[in-house]
Amino acid sequence: MKVFMLGWEFPPFISGGLGTACHGLTKALSNLGVHITFVLPKSVDTGNATHVHMLTPQSCRPLPAAGTSSVEISEELKNIQFHTVSSPLQPYMTPQQYQKKLEEIIKQKKLLSGQSQQMLDQWLEREFETVTAAAGQYSGDMYAESHRYAAAAVHLALLQDFDVIHAHDWMTYPAGIAVAAVTGKPLVVHVHSTEFDRSGEHVNQMIYDIERRGVHAANKVIAVSYLTRNILLTRYGILGDKVEVIYNGVEAEDSSRISAHQVGIRSDEKIVLFLGRITMQKGPEYFLMAARKVLEEIENVKFVMAGSGDMMHRIIEMAAQMGIGHKVLFTGFLRGEDVNKVYQMADLYVMPSVSEPFGIAPLEALNHDVPVLISKQSGVAEVLTHVLKVDFWDIQEMANKIIAVLKYPPLQMTLREHGNFEVRKLKWSGAAQKCLRLYQDMAAQVAT
Amino acid sequence: MPSVCFYFQVHQPFRLRHYTVFDKSVSYFDEFKNASICRKVANKCYLPTNRLLLKMIRRYEGRFKVSFSVTGVVLEQFQKYCPEVMSTFDALAETGCTEFIAETYYHSLSFLYSRNEFYEQVGQHMDLVKRLWGQTPRIFRNTELIYNNQLAETIESMNQFDAIITEGADRILGHRNSNFVYRPPNCKNLKLLLKNYSLSDDIAFRFSNRGWEEWPLDAPKFSRWIDSVNGCGHTVNLFMDYETFGEHQWEDTGIFDFMFHLPEYILRHPDNNFMTPSQVIRSYPVMDVVDVPHVISWADTERDLSAWLGNAMQSNALHEAYKMEKLVKQTAKSDIIEDWKKLLTSDHFYYMCTKYFSDGDVHKYFNPYDSPYDSYINYMNVLSNLRQRCKDALAEPTEVEQQAS
Repeated sequence: MKVFMLGWEFPPFISGGLGTACHGLTKALSNLGVHITFVLPKSVDTGNATHVHMLTPQSCRPLPAAGTSSVEISEELKNIQFHTVSSPLQPYMTPQQYQKKLEEIIKQKKLLSGQSQQMLDQWLEREFETVTAAAGQYSGDMYAESHRYAAAAVHLALLQDFDVIHAHDWMTYPAGIAVAAVTGKPLVVHVHSTEFDRSGEHVNQMIYDIERRGVHAANKVIAVSYLTRNILLTRYGILGDKVEVIYNGVEAEDSSRISAHQVGIRSDEKIVLFLGRITMQKGPEYFLMAARKVLEEIENVKFVMAGSGDMMHRIIEMAAQMGIGHKVLFTGFLRGEDVNKVYQMADLYVMPSVSEPFGIAPLEALNHDVPVLISKQSGVAEVLTHVLKVDFWDIQEMANKIIAVLKYPPLQMTLREHGNFEVRKLKWSGAAQKCLRLYQDMAAQVAT
Repeated sequence: MPSVCFYFQVHQPFRLRHYTVFDKSVSYFDEFKNASICRKVANKCYLPTNRLLLKMIRRYEGRFKVSFSVTGVVLEQFQKYCPEVMSTFDALAETGCTEFIAETYYHSLSFLYSRNEFYEQVGQHMDLVKRLWGQTPRIFRNTELIYNNQLAETIESMNQFDAIITEGADRILGHRNSNFVYRPPNCKNLKLLLKNYSLSDDIAFRFSNRGWEEWPLDAPKFSRWIDSVNGCGHTVNLFMDYETFGEHQWEDTGIFDFMFHLPEYILRHPDNNFMTPSQVIRSYPVMDVVDVPHVISWADTERDLSAWLGNAMQSNALHEAYKMEKLVKQTAKSDIIEDWKKLLTSDHFYYMCTKYFSDGDVHKYFNPYDSPYDSYINYMNVLSNLRQRCKDALAEPTEVEQQAS
């Protein structure tokens, strides 16, 4: 089985769970003998230092220039070939330039095969209209990026041999549709989140349109939870039999716990951890409000907020206004070894997400022996039983449960033991097997 | 020759209301939920089954007999929420064909944690049964049929009981069966009646199971199984939760018809009859000694304590609750003492059971909480408020001191 996979991020260049999920899934698929060509946009160096040595998209190019990490790659992701989107493309292309580029690709395509010309023309027309419309309304570059990426992906796809196209989240859907149109291969789109999760009711119409077109154009859709599946059914008008739920997994990790004083927190202080993007979707303000309630009852506790995001400044100000600024620590965006460290210090991980399609972080917390409190509005709540659950808006109950974990060691112990046992059953290998079955079904349908 | 000995367990706990660490109220129990569950089960089970048994006792003119253990906490709820159940129990008591069995008033695990509290609760329950129905129980059953040699010795030393009822677990019987009267090792007079779990569970658990090869079970078939005991047993002890009738096995499964016709078929065989536990031990000799060094119970397939003491939360909650005994009793305040005793009911600890939790089994059906963790948090919050109440009460100056100042 050969898969042409379209992603937006991959460790260590990640901003959230998508990269982690792509890494885990591709690794497990690779172990099943699936060959994957993974297409990534050219990475942007964030400048954040990390203590872990990880493979980078650059070092994974088909012909690595004597990269130090090439040995690791061949062992861990042996069946995966990485491509970054080729550089001639400019990040901020105008629709006209984009059109020109597409035409070039089409010409190239014509040389290779005369099939599906009509489909391609139609697709091209549609895409062009969208891009032109977009230029007037949308000021950000994510949208343009996604189309630049699509063009490059088509370019790459023509040089590759594969059975299935697998596209992760909206940024890669235009590319997925384009590659499917050009090659006639079946397309599966993997919905890790929807615009409704990210933006609540104030959806970006353009992104919604891309998502809608993506899930409708796909032969099959993978949703990361039934929560997400329901959104796809009710908000995107897609038929239920087209959507399969495949839960994310987590990779087993052995980690020794380190004591908190090593990182400047007094050992008699308990630590409650928020780890995720500080954005509306993740409910950081509910975490703070619960923190204030907790502090009414107990003194020796610190609240660590690890992550960055568009609400970060507002949240820092909010903590100060509440008069709990000295009890809330902001670490900024963490990755690699820093993530391990912060988990090892934590007494409780809280994910108060307003809307969370899945939520891999709680699995990672459990993997690090940290008990978990998650919002009932998260997909991961469907698979975890040995965790505490609360409605994200129920500050009182959230605080009640946080206090209980800090106050009663047997609760922490039971949650940790059972939770860790439970999470070990949620492996990426299970998700990969389901994916592979889906690929096989789709490939078989195309063949007949 | 086998005698059929029915014993029904009647119990409902005082369930706690949602109680956070921020709550300061002293009302811990969910009046609304307890009342509605009590009324619901009364209508589905207690009332129709009591009336059915009354009808059967009259119809067979004293040849059909049953026994009950009704906990103090469920009786309190009947009196409060559905007194009509009380009058049907009164009517059953008046027939003379009903024996009442003693247990701990609060359906507690006190035998394992506080001998003082255990004696107190058994006494409370005996007093209540005597007051309500004029009987002084001679048979004892411990909460969830929890039993070991030590319990037998304790009960014998009380000099009030003739026998104990417990589970006929395979591991205590070995090659023997449960259909005889046995005796604990270090007891002179006390006898043992063991539950025939196979025939009991055929009614209590398997009756409506369409996947069971014996389904559908009817009175003639069950009577044949009873007849076949003839020659290898004196008594068939059918011990089960009373809620089997109408609540666990709904009316439409035919459970009431089954029960109503059962005596007709069983009594067709001239050697068969119905007996209460006291009659059984008077009628049949002790066949052997049954040694139970380790604790058994009638719960789950394990038949041990793991449903109440299987994880760190349960053992912590139990220890914390019993650790407060001295403090609670020192206050000498009846409201505090009563609340504390209601918190000792074993159900509170059963709700904290994590065994099978992920599989979503029978434990969930009886559990008012979403998760065992929620139940532990709730319980500990209540306990913590009660502890503070005790401390406050003890800090108040007594009347004598007030007068002196």
